[in-house]
Amino acid sequence: MRTWFPYPLLSLGLLIIWMLLNQSVAPGTIVMGTILGVSLAWVTLKLTPARSHPRRILLMLRFGASVFVDVIRSNIAVALVILRAGRRAPNSGFLTVDIDIEDENALALLACIMTATPGTAWLEYDRGRKSLLFHVLDMENEEVWINTVKRYEAGLKEMFA
Amino acid sequence: MSHLTDLPTWAAVIVCGLVLLGAAIALVGSLGLLRLPDFYTRLHAPTLATSGGVILICTASMVCFAVLQNRWVFHEVLIIVFVIMTTPVTLMLLGQAALYRDRVEERRGVPLKQKPLPVETPEDGKE
Repeated sequence: MRTWFPYPLLSLGLLIIWMLLNQSVAPGTIVMGTILGVSLAWVTLKLTPARSHPRRILLMLRFGASVFVDVIRSNIAVALVILRAGRRAPNSGFLTVDIDIEDENALALLACIMTATPGTAWLEYDRGRKSLLFHVLDMENEEVWINTVKRYEAGLKEMFA
Repeated sequence: MSHLTDLPTWAAVIVCGLVLLGAAIALVGSLGLLRLPDFYTRLHAPTLATSGGVILICTASMVCFAVLQNRWVFHEVLIIVFVIMTTPVTLMLLGQAALYRDRVEERRGVPLKQKPLPVETPEDGKE
């Protein structure tokens, strides 16, 4: 099974992308998508990406929903900060937080989330110390931001346990 | 694009609202690039366009063509996914470059590079 389907999730994802691009669920599209998905997974084998096993679909959906709410909320917050920037300089600053995640894919996902959320920018991750340096646009209180990142960390840890 | 007039009013209102809101968010993001005081704060402004702007405008496109063609249209989701997946690469590159430059120039207010842990032998890294 492993030799034929080295990365089943990747193959499935490629199949879904192929079907979305072609906008059809015709048998021909599915066959072509499956061939592409499986053969590209073999190509990926040469790159030896870090393997991780995300679990718990329900948890993932809930996590995604909470991230989505955060994205909307911080969009509004950052827009307000920018509009007010003429009168009041934003109170921005750097923050460091310890992140204890081993899984590389989980770290990449965390980077995507923190970048997609306006107001936080991922700057530097120190592998030795496992600490993350990030920049916050509007630092009304540091605790809230650190707690937000900690919340993401806990969620990701549960999913990639 | 003349067939856009076939869009029923209720859908046109939704699509207009989403497109205008998305465009407004992208505009505010660009405005931020102009108004914010230093590089690190300016780093945050374009993410408005890549998150809120892209999501809203792609949703508008999905609604518009789904109603016009009378079927489900989902492939704009790919645009959202790819934009969200690729932005961190550029943003981290820019952020790290700025951090490196400021550390070399010893500018104030920039966090220093943390010293490596004292007890670090090559064996520790592998485990």
